[in-house]
Amino acid sequence: MLGASLPVIHKAEDREKFRHAMERIGLKMPQSGFARNMNDVRQIAETIGFPIIIRAAFTLGGTGSGVAYNWEELEDIAKAGLDASMISEVMVEQSVLGWKEYELEVMRDRADNVVIICAIENFDAMGVHTGESITVAPAQTLTDREYQKMRDAAVAIMREIGVETGGSNVQFAVHPQTGEMIVVEMNPRVSRSSALASKATGFPIAKIAAKLAVGYTLDEIPNDITRETMASFEPTIDYVVTKIPRWTFEKFPETEDFLTTSMKSVGETMAIGRTFKESLQKAIRSLEIGRFGFGQELPETEPARSELLKSKLLKPNSLRLFYIAEALKNKMTVDEVYEWTKVDPWFLHQIRDILEAEEALAEAGPSAELLGAAKAMGFSDRTLAALWRTTEQDIRDLRRRENIFPVYKLVDTCAAEFAAFTPYYYSTYEQESETRPSAGKKVAIIGGGPNRIGQGIEFDYCCVHASFALREEGIESIMINSNPETVSTDYDTSDKLFFEPVTLEDVLHILEAEKPDGVIVQFGGQTPLNLARGLEAAGMPIIGTSPDAIDRAENRDRFQEIVRKLRLDQPDNDTAMDAEEALAAAARIGYPVLVRPSYVLGGRSMEIVYDAETLRTFMAKALLVSPGHPILIDKFLEDAVEVDVDAISDGRTTVVAGIMEHIEEAGIHSGDSACILPPLTLAPAMLERIETQTRLLAAELGVVGLMNIQYAIKGPTLYVLEVNPRASRTVPFVSKAIGVPLAKLATKVMLGKTLAELGFMQTIRPGHVSVKEAVFPFSRFPGADIILGPEMKSTGEVMGIDRSFGLAFAKSQMATGFKMPTSGSVFISVHDYHKAGIVEVARTFAELDFRILATAGTARYLNERGLDATVVNKVSEGRPHVVDLIKNGDIAMVINTSVGRRSTRDAYLIRHGALAYNIIYTTTLAGARALGAAVRALTEEDWSVRPLQEYYKK
Amino acid sequence: MFLVHKDRPALLVLEDGSVFAGYAFAGAGETLGEVVFNTGMTGYQEVITDPSYKGQIVTMTYPLVGNTGINDEDGESAGIHLEGFIVKEYQPHPSNWRMTGSLRSFLEEKGKIGLAGIDTRALTRRLRLSGAMRGMISTETRDIARLLEKVRAYPGLVGRDLVREVTCAGPYLWKKGAPAPGKIPARKPVRKLRVVVLDCGVKFNILRLLEANGCEVLVVPATTGSEQILSYQPDGVLLSNGPGDPAALPYIVDAVRGLIGRTPVFGICLGHQILGQAIGGRTEKLKFGHHGINQPVKNLATGRIEITSQNHGFIVVPESVADKAQKSFVNLNDATSEGMQMPAAMSVQYHPEAAPGPHDTEYLFAQFVEVMKNTRGGKK
Repeated sequence: MLGASLPVIHKAEDREKFRHAMERIGLKMPQSGFARNMNDVRQIAETIGFPIIIRAAFTLGGTGSGVAYNWEELEDIAKAGLDASMISEVMVEQSVLGWKEYELEVMRDRADNVVIICAIENFDAMGVHTGESITVAPAQTLTDREYQKMRDAAVAIMREIGVETGGSNVQFAVHPQTGEMIVVEMNPRVSRSSALASKATGFPIAKIAAKLAVGYTLDEIPNDITRETMASFEPTIDYVVTKIPRWTFEKFPETEDFLTTSMKSVGETMAIGRTFKESLQKAIRSLEIGRFGFGQELPETEPARSELLKSKLLKPNSLRLFYIAEALKNKMTVDEVYEWTKVDPWFLHQIRDILEAEEALAEAGPSAELLGAAKAMGFSDRTLAALWRTTEQDIRDLRRRENIFPVYKLVDTCAAEFAAFTPYYYSTYEQESETRPSAGKKVAIIGGGPNRIGQGIEFDYCCVHASFALREEGIESIMINSNPETVSTDYDTSDKLFFEPVTLEDVLHILEAEKPDGVIVQFGGQTPLNLARGLEAAGMPIIGTSPDAIDRAENRDRFQEIVRKLRLDQPDNDTAMDAEEALAAAARIGYPVLVRPSYVLGGRSMEIVYDAETLRTFMAKALLVSPGHPILIDKFLEDAVEVDVDAISDGRTTVVAGIMEHIEEAGIHSGDSACILPPLTLAPAMLERIETQTRLLAAELGVVGLMNIQYAIKGPTLYVLEVNPRASRTVPFVSKAIGVPLAKLATKVMLGKTLAELGFMQTIRPGHVSVKEAVFPFSRFPGADIILGPEMKSTGEVMGIDRSFGLAFAKSQMATGFKMPTSGSVFISVHDYHKAGIVEVARTFAELDFRILATAGTARYLNERGLDATVVNKVSEGRPHVVDLIKNGDIAMVINTSVGRRSTRDAYLIRHGALAYNIIYTTTLAGARALGAAVRALTEEDWSVRPLQEYYKK
Repeated sequence: MFLVHKDRPALLVLEDGSVFAGYAFAGAGETLGEVVFNTGMTGYQEVITDPSYKGQIVTMTYPLVGNTGINDEDGESAGIHLEGFIVKEYQPHPSNWRMTGSLRSFLEEKGKIGLAGIDTRALTRRLRLSGAMRGMISTETRDIARLLEKVRAYPGLVGRDLVREVTCAGPYLWKKGAPAPGKIPARKPVRKLRVVVLDCGVKFNILRLLEANGCEVLVVPATTGSEQILSYQPDGVLLSNGPGDPAALPYIVDAVRGLIGRTPVFGICLGHQILGQAIGGRTEKLKFGHHGINQPVKNLATGRIEITSQNHGFIVVPESVADKAQKSFVNLNDATSEGMQMPAAMSVQYHPEAAPGPHDTEYLFAQFVEVMKNTRGGKK
């Protein structure tokens, strides 16, 4: 192992060893003890006193950690912590809640040279996981003396722990009144924070760490940005960086919006400004949560100074930043807000300054002088329009008249002390701009903004490939994005990088300054697509599929025209404005129906409804989610096979790149469904029809670039469910499965090349099988049910490749972190609806010498069909029950299906047990079949590792 | 929070004619000086109290200044010696547990102008491209031509002895972290090592570190001659940092020449440049100098990279001392010499006392103590 050896990792991550190490170098840590059982936990808690932090040993992202304020909470949290820890150990620790939190990013080379790359100050005080905190670089409220003390400690820790080469992250807590400093933890590796620090400073930590690992020293590695100077220095910055995490609590309504030492955010955004106020306001609009500043309403806070507001300040939550503003607007003082939040008064004053400026702006009304000052403070045109009761366009026109536009400054690692060669820019409102638009041909790529459920790194992959393609074509690439976790925001991915909010205002500024020959909006997911119309209206040259074609595909009425014209099949459907209309429509179409509000994203609030009563309940909720918009009602195709198709078109020729058959039946969001390429069960004639219909749709829409179509097959009928004329989530998967860089080809097609010129004229039918499986964050969301449905919940995906479906599927399951059993007991409990189907699955497991355990109904059904199934109690039936068996390790696999959204308490407890103990589970019949095939393949076939490249050797 | 600062508009005019408009967050009036930038993200209190900035107007490249106020512990001298202080955004609501006052009131108390609201990055780039320039801050007039005239009439730093303006009036002992008034006692032979610090504008942290290393610290004015210095029976002499052109200080160079070989000498920054001249070398001005706390140097004896605090516009020309002293440190950014080693003396161009800056080279004080101990041992 290079960089950090195994003993080093243990020394840093094993809390007891780490504590001893800190004692040796004279550094303090919070009082604590280690426990391997609940008795120990109670004993230690007795001596420390509440509040107490529980941290599970050997987990990522703080899983199994939490803060307990009383004995009852201690019991719950400590138990969960012991379960989550790979070594069944938790640390019970004195709480330093409310202390100031800092992080230092440190690098060391084999000659023992140590440098600090970045100091980060957390806006949220101790008690909130750093991944859940708003963080700011550089540190804002430390004097040099205090900072240097922290630096000395970080250097000493690096040496004591013994990370030989590479980067590490050290976290400190500082008492806000006494300045007492304690070490919180050290991560002897690059981390989420080092990615942030790299983007914040322009110092590429991982890249340098790799060079250090193979033996270079810091003074031998040139700094890419300055070229003249070496990596052996400490970056100094002349701007302020703010990171805000992106949460998706709305996807997990069972989980309280409450931030703790366990991480729940799914992404983050970063913004750069010359002042904190500018940086913060840019970060807010970068979040893409419909907020463009503070001046917007919050849910449930009408009574000023209400208890609710106080509880929102006291308990960290995803909107706390906005509740702080709300409290300050309601004349709560900075001191009072500090008492409730423990956010340093320095930050609170900054927010108050912004709010006071808002008030002053609203009072004074528009003027050129105020407009200039407001822009310099980071106000968006949207916010100013609201304050001045006018439109965004009006503000823009006023700025144009007064010539108030941003300038672009460089991120250069050295605060302008040396000339910089790397074109990494951010906007601000000042005197001098450093960007020099070139005269050559250039194309801008608009990125996807922060990761969230439904829009993740798949889209960044496409943007990065677009950039590579531009480079290959000799065209200057200009990247615009706000996500520090991505490759697109590496300064060496594109010819120019603008680290900016992906809003119409900010993107237009860049495009107007750089005047690109083309703008690519189809790779960054929904974010750039939402800007397409505005960009087009402003005269920007969008290349590839036209925004109008995108609208034709997305607009339900316009799309139905296409379906009719091309004589394609669509599930019977209707719209309804109220419950009565909905009931009538559903009765006509026939249950079950798929219902969802319109104008919401990512399958939000989408449900499959089996009866009128449920529909009535749904309508009551749905009309609230999207008031004034129709509810969409589709016939739900039960037991249909769902198919995803990615295709590429140059405007004349369309090539189907990949047909993916979903393993789960229709009704589960395509992003959550496992899928297989090539399809497993589809007949050649059906594949041909899919290809034909895809070509027809591409031609009708005039697609130039990528498109994705979702089909459902029921009986002999092929239904079109959805068409997206843009890069889809599955583009990276298909590209890897067939060995063709689709996003690159699509970019070249958009630049005017034909598919014939690019040599991609035929669908590739690989001889191997690729399986994509979704990865879910359920274990981070206490209370969340793991059942899948039409609303997407996965946060990532994995891929398994092999010669057979069974092996490829088995690999995909192992890749998600499950152990694939080849013996033991399989627990089966299925809805009546699935009982007939499960018999064959049970037989497979019986043949493979698995013991079959089942709940009474399922067991009876199986026994009647000649299978030997042992009855196990449901939780409600008394002990020992199925969850006891799970805890004891007596169950190797769980098959548990439900129908509809509601599931019984028993089913929930079973699934939750499987989740907590990381036992492989499936909640669908199709998933159960696939697991059977996987176990059979693992038992009967040979498998080993094989590099991807070998699959494509000609 | 006022969005537009109308109360005290101020201009910064540079000798090349460039103009930056901002407002005075502290003080009013006019001030002239050589404009330099400092790239430290922390340590503004140490910077403004550092006597080496006499004659200079300092702009901080980090845009937010004033965040932690001013405290009673981090001053590097009793006053403020720079001529003017420029920031992007002054922070009127400081927050820190050691804070006893605000930057604004401290500057005003000492009669200094603080300029805010200008594009300090553009200013820094200008200084990098054109070199350090003479400049003027004014809240008095918008007449740029008149200001430019004054700027061009200002002599600048070359050839000017600014040490006399910042050195102490008479000798004093430094005890328990502060100057101790009173008579200078005779050296106690067996107890502590006595270090005489030739105060060319010494930073308090040099004195703090000597004391922390167990020395008796005697500070004397920069005008003190070598015989007078030796009459204090020092175990070693430290030549301090200080402002201005090192070539304008022949009297100090003479004094140092009289010390070399008779007592161990340790030079820091200006002290290094004086030592260089004393052994026959010469100094020259850098384009815009080194002013920051992230400067990497390599210790040529150990091969270690050390991050240092630096603040100098002049250097010792390496060839001019090549046959007299060994180069001991080199700057990894621009390969300039950062230190000299001789049998009886050592010196560094950077600031091992940091304040502000990393403590990587603090060990030099202990090394100097070792040299003094060995020398004293040898004498016996």
